[in-house]
Amino acid sequence: MNKENYNIYISRRAKKSPFLKNCCFAFLFGGSICALGRIFLDIYLYIGMEQKDASSLVSMTIIFIAFLLTAFGVFDNIAKIAGGGTLVPITGFANSVVSAAIDSKSEGYVLGVGAKIFSIAGPVILYGITSGTIYGIIYYFWTLLR
Amino acid sequence: MQQIIDFKNSASILSYYSVVGKSEKEGPIGECFDEYCEDDMFGKSSWEQSESEMQRLALKGALEKAELSATDIELLIAGDLLNQCVGSTYGLLDFNIPYVGIYGACSTCALGLALGGALLSGGVCDKCASVTSSHFCSSERQFRFPLEYGGQRTPTSQWTVTGSGAFVLGREGDIKIKSAVFGKSIDMGVKDINNMGAAMAPAATDTILRFFQNSSHRVEDFDMIVTGDLGYEGSEILKDLLLSNDLDIRKNHVDCGLVIYDRFSQDKHAGGSGCGCSASVLAGNILKNMQSGAIKDILFIGTGALMNPMTLYQGQSIPSIAHLVHIGR
Repeated sequence: MNKENYNIYISRRAKKSPFLKNCCFAFLFGGSICALGRIFLDIYLYIGMEQKDASSLVSMTIIFIAFLLTAFGVFDNIAKIAGGGTLVPITGFANSVVSAAIDSKSEGYVLGVGAKIFSIAGPVILYGITSGTIYGIIYYFWTLLR
Repeated sequence: MQQIIDFKNSASILSYYSVVGKSEKEGPIGECFDEYCEDDMFGKSSWEQSESEMQRLALKGALEKAELSATDIELLIAGDLLNQCVGSTYGLLDFNIPYVGIYGACSTCALGLALGGALLSGGVCDKCASVTSSHFCSSERQFRFPLEYGGQRTPTSQWTVTGSGAFVLGREGDIKIKSAVFGKSIDMGVKDINNMGAAMAPAATDTILRFFQNSSHRVEDFDMIVTGDLGYEGSEILKDLLLSNDLDIRKNHVDCGLVIYDRFSQDKHAGGSGCGCSASVLAGNILKNMQSGAIKDILFIGTGALMNPMTLYQGQSIPSIAHLVHIGR
């Protein structure tokens, strides 16, 4: 069997991830996180905060919860079922930063935590900021032209 | 070069000892392991040190079982999955035995036994020891993601075994290493790190075929044909590939990665992997059965994937290797 045929053979026989089930769980967990965010937003608005401050605080609250769950070793067990449901919201970002920090603690605070904390979140930060900047420049010139 | 190296009855396994983690202890053959640790840390402060400690405990246990001291051992052959084989280097430092560090990825246990057998039968030494280990946590850190990272695994992915096996080898003993076949690096273009079984199966196929084509043995001569860590996916592919070469091992094939865990109830997907997988199953279970007379002759084929994360990121495929040792009474 040549390489090409072998790769066709193994990809045909490999059991695929349960796509529909994963999508359903991602929808349920992701939706629940968003609903939780909405509850926090309503609470913050109810106690008299400005809309802008309340929105920022919701993100911080969700990040804090994800951080706590990661630190106590619970997050990965939830994410195993939730998949994209915990990865896509800001919880996934928080988990990728905190888990990398916990993992590299044994190499010290500079060469370990400091150097590796963004090893997973790094690309998101880099390309997020880059695309945001490019979009901002385009938007700026677009408003000048109008 | 001769395909099969015959050790002419001058290489034996004098003693063996296995050390495993919690998941392995809770698995279907958990009872047979000699030692385990409830939290996988083995009293150390980092996962790399824990792996080293497993190797130290394994060799200490094997030496005590053989009623030998470190000074009786002329050569130490050891390896693991960590960069520069630090698991072995640090773990075996205190024994003060001349040391040969080897790397065969997950085939390291079979490679160590084959090399030990060759050195004994070649008259280089009278007693040597072979030790290997892998640790789920240190491997995850090196090859995949941080431990607490929340991701999903694919059904074909395997779980690195936390375990170590040590073997003291000498000339006179009931259990003989009869012969060995060293593997060739084989690359069939597989690039999926989550389907190591598929990457390694062609290497195992090549080694097993070379053994049977060049010896008078038949498949029925062996109680078991044991592969290291092909897992469910790799085992099925191996049996398919061998069948297409008119060799049927379906009746006596056993994969260490499939026996160490209950892959469904323990959620280990395609089964166990790592050099500690084959080493701990061989030392903890198979050799004990051979000692008791329940089994007589086995082929033990360690299977390893010889890549690192960097070559994978650079788009290269995964070359694999399989070393075979014929062990029997």
